[in-house]
Amino acid sequence: MKFTEEHEWLRVEGDLVVVGITDHASEQLGDVVFVELPELETQVAKGDEICVIESVKAASDILAPVDGEIVEVNEALADNPGLVNEDPLGAAWFFKMKVEDMSQLDDFMSEDEYKDFIG
Amino acid sequence: MADDAVLKRTGLYDLHIELGAKMVPFAGWEMPVQYPMGVLKEHLHCRAQAGLFDVSHMGQVILPASAGKALEELVPVDVTGLGEGRQRYAMFTNAEGGILDDLMVSNRGDHLFLVVNAACAEADIRHLEDYLEGVCVIRNRALLALQGPAAETVLARLMPAVAGMRFMDVQTHGWNGAELWISRSGYTGEDGYEISLPSDRAEEFARELLAMEEVAPIGLGARDSLRLEAGLCLYGHDIDTSTTPIEAGLNWAIQKRRRTEGGFHGAERILRELAEGPARLRMGLRPEGRAPMREGVEIYAEAEGGAPIGQVTSGGFGPSIEAPMAMAYLPTDLSEGTVVYGEVRGKRLPARIVPMPFHPHSYKR
Repeated sequence: MKFTEEHEWLRVEGDLVVVGITDHASEQLGDVVFVELPELETQVAKGDEICVIESVKAASDILAPVDGEIVEVNEALADNPGLVNEDPLGAAWFFKMKVEDMSQLDDFMSEDEYKDFIG
Repeated sequence: MADDAVLKRTGLYDLHIELGAKMVPFAGWEMPVQYPMGVLKEHLHCRAQAGLFDVSHMGQVILPASAGKALEELVPVDVTGLGEGRQRYAMFTNAEGGILDDLMVSNRGDHLFLVVNAACAEADIRHLEDYLEGVCVIRNRALLALQGPAAETVLARLMPAVAGMRFMDVQTHGWNGAELWISRSGYTGEDGYEISLPSDRAEEFARELLAMEEVAPIGLGARDSLRLEAGLCLYGHDIDTSTTPIEAGLNWAIQKRRRTEGGFHGAERILRELAEGPARLRMGLRPEGRAPMREGVEIYAEAEGGAPIGQVTSGGFGPSIEAPMAMAYLPTDLSEGTVVYGEVRGKRLPARIVPMPFHPHSYKR
């Protein structure tokens, strides 16, 4: 699993990259009450705001961590946004991207590096 | 940080830290926004059992009993007719009929007791001193709110007599040598009490309450979602100097005698709006999807085109109603049930105008 400075995690599944937010991010956000998922089959570029999470406190964006195509979204989050707090690293994945150039993931942090990053 | 140095702390600061609160700056104070339980669960706990809130940042002011008549010049509320041992909601108005702050006024027999918002406290005190004699600011008392269906059971364990109080009753009770000024009121829509007590006894008292299994500490985050579900105004958001009490739908707070006699700041506009109806009114909105419409969201009459007809003043997710909710000032001719559109992230989402509160009150009348 790789981690970004935007507190996303990325897990490679074949030629797909599964993306979610870290437990640290979910704690900081507080109780999540609404998730707006990206549209399927859209090409996104790294840094695009493609997803919105609303917690009891505020709205936050999720950025596309790499270039690619959105091929699957986790519909379970639309019905049960609280999953993001309950199981951020597992059941609460947000979307899967088809990524041509996997070397884009090389610069992201390992779990230990991410732990140091959040202090 | 340098800014933290000037933030004031309540007598419960150490207890908040011990309880694991996340502290934030609020109106010049360092206050708990949430505890480890989290906003959502704190909110639900308060509706199901009892929540303890530190609201010591709010301003507490005493006026001589004889100040009622002079105070009536500043508020459109009947103060002289307020019975001993009773409390009333009020608002300071300006000459244009706008709201300077909202407050609670109690008749405690030999004096009047006022509780005002923290952010407005200094301005309110200057305003009071401009118009009346004998303004005494209380700086050595904490203020706690105990709210929720179990509040009566919990507080009555310490002071059995509070069980007999009705909504908006005010009494003085002794507790281990401390004098507690207790009102049966609050700002969550739940039954409960607000308790003013010496700051140096507040922690001991709070610990005694928190030791009871029904009671959990509740932060400002849940305080906000609770009051919003209850349809109650937050000063600086839903009401301010640009809104009148009539536009805000607070007509109920203006008693008959004040309507006939007038004689308060802004009476011309307020009485005219009472007679003719205001052009806009604070209304409740229930967004049809799950996306919250937060403060600042523009409201439109149509799904496309046209100019905004209003703006959300408070909005968020209601944990008890399990849905988003918002308040907005909208043209008075829009009736309940009408669908309007809030623009969220460039998309117009439907929301229905609904009566408030969003969650029913359960005051002990």
